[in-house]
This record gives sequence, C-alpha cells and structure tokens, in this order.
Amino acid sequence: MFKKLKAGFESLKAGLARTHNAIMGSVESAFTGESREVVLERLEESLIMSDVGVKAATEIVDGLRTRMVGWDSSKFKEYLKESVYNILKEVERPLEIKERPFVIMVLGVNGVGKTTTIGKLAARYTAEGKTVLLAAGDTFRAAAIEQLEGWGQRAGCPVIRQAHGGDPGAVAFDAIKAATARGADVLILDTAGRLHTKVNLMEELKKVQRVVSREIPDAPHENLLVLDASTGQNALSQARLFNEAVGVTGIALTKLDGTAKGGIIVAIARELKIPIRFVGVGETVDDLKDFDANDFVEALI
Amino acid sequence: MLESLSDKFRKILRDVRGQGSLSEANIQEALKEVRLALLEADVNFAVVKDFVSSVKEKAMGKDVLESLTPGQQFTKVVHDELTSLLGGEDSSLELKGKPSVIMLVGLQGSGKTTTTAKLALHLKGKGRNPYIVPADLFRLAAVLQLKKLSQEIKVDCFDSDDYKDPEEICKEALRVASLKGYDILLVDTAGRLHIDDTLMHQLGSLKAILKPSEILFVADSMTGQDAVNTAKGFNESVGITGVILTKFDGDARGGAALSMRMATGKPIKFIGTGEKVDCIEVFHPSRLAGRILDMGDILTLVEKAQATFDEKETQELQKKLKKDTFTLDDFKSQLQQIKKLGSMDSILSMIPGFSAMKQAKDIKIDEKEISRIEAIINSMTTREKADPGVLNASRRMRIAKGSGTKVQDVNKLINQYQDMRKMIKKLKAAGPKGIKGLFQKFM
Ligand SMILES: Nc1nc2c(ncn2[C@@H]2O[C@H](COP(=O)(O)OP(=O)(O)OP(=O)(O)O)[C@@H](O)[C@H]2O)c(=O)[nH]1
Ligand SMILES: Nc1nc2c(ncn2[C@@H]2O[C@H](COP(=O)(O)OP(=O)(O)O)[C@@H](O)[C@H]2O)c(=O)[nH]1
Ligand SMILES: [Mg+2]
Ligand SMILES: [Mg+2]
Repeated sequence: MFKKLKAGFESLKAGLARTHNAIMGSVESAFTGESREVVLERLEESLIMSDVGVKAATEIVDGLRTRMVGWDSSKFKEYLKESVYNILKEVERPLEIKERPFVIMVLGVNGVGKTTTIGKLAARYTAEGKTVLLAAGDTFRAAAIEQLEGWGQRAGCPVIRQAHGGDPGAVAFDAIKAATARGADVLILDTAGRLHTKVNLMEELKKVQRVVSREIPDAPHENLLVLDASTGQNALSQARLFNEAVGVTGIALTKLDGTAKGGIIVAIARELKIPIRFVGVGETVDDLKDFDANDFVEALI
Repeated sequence: MLESLSDKFRKILRDVRGQGSLSEANIQEALKEVRLALLEADVNFAVVKDFVSSVKEKAMGKDVLESLTPGQQFTKVVHDELTSLLGGEDSSLELKGKPSVIMLVGLQGSGKTTTTAKLALHLKGKGRNPYIVPADLFRLAAVLQLKKLSQEIKVDCFDSDDYKDPEEICKEALRVASLKGYDILLVDTAGRLHIDDTLMHQLGSLKAILKPSEILFVADSMTGQDAVNTAKGFNESVGITGVILTKFDGDARGGAALSMRMATGKPIKFIGTGEKVDCIEVFHPSRLAGRILDMGDILTLVEKAQATFDEKETQELQKKLKKDTFTLDDFKSQLQQIKKLGSMDSILSMIPGFSAMKQAKDIKIDEKEISRIEAIINSMTTREKADPGVLNASRRMRIAKGSGTKVQDVNKLINQYQDMRKMIKKLKAAGPKGIKGLFQKFM
C-alpha cells in the first residue's frame, strides 16, 4: 500500500519535473538555442558511448531529470558527474591486506589481463616490504606458467608451479602449503581465463576455491575479478556469473590507457556493489593504480 | 517476461495488417526496440543511429505481404539490412604472393596468438604448407606460447628467440620460407593500442618488409563502443584487409562487429569459437545478424545438427515418429545425440531469445540434467520404457531410488516426454509445411 503510494508520488514528481523542464527548456532555448531536454539527451548519449549501457544511462539521467527543477542547464554536466561519482564512491574501497598469508585469487575471462595484474601486484607488495608468493594456476593456456614466472622474476618473488596440463586445485594446494610454511604475507593465485558461461570451467574454479578454503577457512580473502575496460555490456554478465559462482570481492579494471572508458563498471557498481580495487593503465609493473572514483568520473564524462 | 526481438515486433505490429503497409507511424515503436537491441548488443551509438534510419527508409511503405505478418515482415527488413551491412558473402582469405603472408594485428589480449595457430591448422587442413612466425618479443613468454601451439598442431615455427627486434625476425623468416618452400607465412605480432604511435609505426615497417596479402585485425567479440575507434585506428595506420572476431563462444552479442565493419568497410572473415586450436569457423553475416538481434542462430543449430546426427539413427527416429512408436529409449538416444552437439550452453545460446532469458537468470543450464535423465531412463524396465502409461506411484518411487533422483525428477521427465509426443503429433498433423512454418517463426 505504502509502496504504491510512494511509487505514485515518485511518478507524479517525475511528471512535474518533466513539465517544468519542458517549460524551462523552451524558455531557455529561446535564449540559448538549446533546450534542456537536448542537453540531457546528449549527456545520456555520452554515457552510452562510454559503455555505461542504455538501462543505467537512462536511469541515471532520469534521476537527474526529477531532481533538477530550477537548475541551470549549463551545469548539467557537473550534476551528471556528481550522480555518477556518488555511485562509484560507494565502491571505491582499496584492498587491505589483513590476514597472513593473505590469499588473493585472480579470475576473469580470457585475455583481460589477469597475469599482468598479478605481476603488478607482486611488484607493489614486494616494494612495500611484504613477502609475496605466486601460484601458476593457469595450467591450460600454452606458456601461461612461464609468463607468470617472468613476472615473478621481475618482482623478485617465487612462483609455485606444476606441469602444464596439471590440476589447478593441486597447484593451489601446494601454494597454500608453501605460503604457510614460508610465512609469506601475500599469496596470489593465477587462474586460467574462462568464459563465465562455461559451466564446467566455472565448476573447476569453485573447486580451486574449495581447496583453498579447506586449508585456510576464510581464504581466499579476495576474489579479484579482472575486467577489460574495452569490454561492452558483456562485462555485466561476467560480473554476475563469476559472482554467483565464487563470490567476487573486488574488481580490477585493466587497459584504461586505451581510448575505451570502461563505463560498464558504473552499471556493475549499481547492480552488484562490488568494490573496485585497482585500475590498469599499461603493461609495466608500475601501471597499476588504486581505483579513484573522482579521476574515473572525470575521464568518463 | 523477456522475449525475443521478433516476438516484440510481432506484438507491436499486430495491428498493422489492417492498415495494409508499414508506415512511419506504425513502425516508430518497433524502431525503438531495434535501437535498444543494437545498443545492448554493443553496436556503436553512431552506427545505431544510421542503421535505424536506413531500416526506417527500407521498411516504410512496404506492403505487408499476405503470407507474412507485419511483425515477420519488419523482422525480415531488419535482419536483411543487418546481414547486408555485415555482409560481403565472400570472406575467404586472399592468398597472393609466394609465399603469401598473413599478418595478425590487434589490441592486447584479443586472441592474435591463438588465432595464428588456428589459421595455420585451418590452412594445413586445406593442403597448404604454412610457416608460423612469432614476432611478439614484448609480452612475456609470447614466443614460447606460439612455439608450443605450433608443436601441438605440427606446423613449423620460426625460431624467434635469437632476435632482438620483430623487423629482423620478419626478414629472416621470409628468407627461410623461400628456402624451405613454405607457401604461407603467418605472422603473430605483439598486442598494442591504436594510439601508441611508436608501436603503430612498427607495424608499418613490418608491413613494408612482409608485403602481406592479408592484415587481419583480431578483435574480441565482447568489445564495446570503442570498437569503432580501435578498428579505425588500426585501419588508418596499417590498412587492414579483414577482421577476425574471437571468443564468440560466450554470451556476447557481438555488435562490435557491425561497428568495425562500418568503420573500416573491411569484411569479417572468421570467428573464434573456443580456446582450442580447431575452434575457428568461417563467418556468416546472417547468423551474426540473428545473434545481434537476439533472434537466435537457428541456421547454425540446424546445420550443426545435420552434421552431428547419426544418419541411420535419424532415419530410424523418423520412422518411429511416423508410426508413433517413439519410446523413452528413443528419447534417451536423442538426448545422447544432442549431447554430441556440444555443451547445452552453446546449443541453447543458438535458440532465439535465449540469451535474454539467461540474463534474467530464469534458466540454469545444468549439464547434469541430461545425465540425470539418462539415469532415470536406465532405471526403468523394458516394459516401462515402451509404455510409460504403466508408471504408477510405486514404480516411480522405485525408479527414483534406483537412479538416485527424486520422484519429482521422474515426474518431470515423464511430463516432458509426453509433451514431446504431443508436439510430434501436432507437427505430423500440420505436415511438412507446418514444420517449415515453425522454423519461419524463428527466423
Ligand atoms: N573462449 C575463447 N578464448 C579464446 C579465443 N581465442 C583466444 N582465446 C583466449 O584468449 C586469451 C588471449 O589469447 P591470446 O591468443 O594469447 O591473445 P593475444 O592477442 O595474442 O594476446 P597478447 O599477445 O597478450 O596481446 C587466451 O586465454 C586464449 O586462450 C576464442 O575464440 N574463445
Ligand atoms: N595496454 C594495456 N595492456 C594490458 C593491461 N593489462 C594487461 N595488458 C595486456 O593484455 C594482454 C593479456 O594479458 P594477460 O595478463 O596475459 O591476460 P590473462 O589472459 O587475463 O592472464 C597482454 O598483452 C598484456 O600485456 C593494461 O592495463 N593496459
Ligand atoms: Mg593469464
Ligand atoms: Mg599474443
């Protein structure tokens, strides 16, 4: 009952706002040649062109429309930035290393930048004086193990590995044992890229997770989902399905050094509220930054 | 409920029949749906605008044919337009020169190295003698990755380890190729951003050395709005000759393909459908059109089914269908045939409207479901299988126990089987035309 009333009120408010905007808009356009609806439409377009997605873009702009009675249309862009910032502020939560060993499992579809991100993280934590151990859990892709070993060398930390084609669960088991025995601060598990729609591969991931938590009950402490900024609407599906399978506790958004804006992260933040930890801005060890909502919004809009 | 685009068109345009033709007024709403579907499929915003206005032009004033509903008519206009834009039926490889050189270029992680091996295997299967050339010295273990893939497919691979720059590798590989008589060179390059001037310039010098007959832009089918910029960027700096779309085995709708096609005018030649080296297929515009519009990929499904289904078994089945002696055993063997088609997931993704349903999380695809059904049928006696009518409560209980399932599972299966028989009866009553009609509804 109350809900219905509230919904009715909301739509009334929206309706009034629209009328107000239409009137204001025509007054304004008489002077500036641009109605506020045109401005709003353009802002909505810019969100869609940054991969925010039609649904989220429309809802964000609609939200703006109902609140901006009496606002100055030349400042719409600032208001929009603020709306998006408010969404992202909530998920701007840097990763804190608390437990020891702190176990990070890195997941994502093929080619998004998992292994590279691990290399960058290893270098960062090592530089902070932590002892880091890497585990070559991608036993499927050709030379994936050697790729991770290369990063281990760059960062100066050991890599636990088995043979190509081996069981990723067994690698995880070995790595946990080694991390505990050596008293490592951080253990980062690489995993093979997998499309979120492949049931058997998602099962495999769950199994790795089970192996880890059998040894250390609250591990993995972080399930870090790596997303590629150039991905469009599919990233939402990736986030949903990885989250359903193993529970995603953090996101790293890579390849922001290109021209793609990674706007889909806004839709993901709205729907799933998963913390965004890092952004990748290049291919060297220094190209990993903590996610900053403000910077992101400035680049997005 | 979520419904496929063609269903939406059908509903929106239901009343048009009386009006005789499609007009601006009566297709307005349907056009909105087209716009939405394309944007959700990641087609670039500007491309969508152009597309919608050209569909509008094509559809307007079209008389609604007697044989089609207005919804079908409109669906056909949209689908045909999309197909022709994606199009260029002939997307075979251009193999000129001796040896002819194929260069693979693209963003980081798009699938270049894997696709190099896939193409090599594909060409080898056509009787060619390809030579793989790893020219990515930048990414860690990239050369090793390609070496290992070459070994797996038994194609020779240039030993790039001793070189310090890709230019040298290409020059030397050309020399070796002509010496040893390889007729195709497949050159894998490092992933790079189109805005990286130094690296784009490097591609230019590789091109000057190799004089390739194909420069293929390898792109991820999950790419979003930026596809236009990257494809354009690569095309303007090096001049691509075609596009390969990778990771098509997921649930991405692949609208970026249209963006890239519009931005470069270059044909899409192949799609990558899995991580294994044999997962590559020739590109079909009309199928991608169906997928972008979420109308499913019935054509592929039908073709795949034809290729996979055991001819004899199929004939046997048809006989049984005709005589109406289709038993639970037949049901089981049919399921087994379906299993051969591929994962349930990939089959279902070809069915119209399904990707939308999956997103709604309505349907969980459970590979175990088929095994469960098999187990249930295996626990039945011959008599029960031939005549499920005898399955009373205690028999069902026994079967559930025997197969390690629940009585509900057994009930569900029996219902499914009976539904299927009903459908078969209906189809038979409708005759061959009726069956065709059923498929037309999808396409
Ligand atoms: N599912 C699926 N995975 C693919 C496909 N093509 C490539 N991959 C995977 O995508 C990832 C990246 O592929 P690579 O071939 O290494 O990509 P690349 O473009 O050479 O990457 P860089 O050299 O790092 O820029 C790997 O995990 C591949 O196994 C495909 O068609 N389907
Ligand atoms: N430009 C750019 N490239 C990246 C970034 N992160 C990863 N890459 C590249 O993307 C490609 C795939 O990365 P990789 O770590 O192998 O991905 P994985 O398959 O998910 O492990 C490699 O060529 C990386 O160098 C980034 O932030 N920016
Ligand atoms: Mg990797
Ligand atoms: Mg590569």
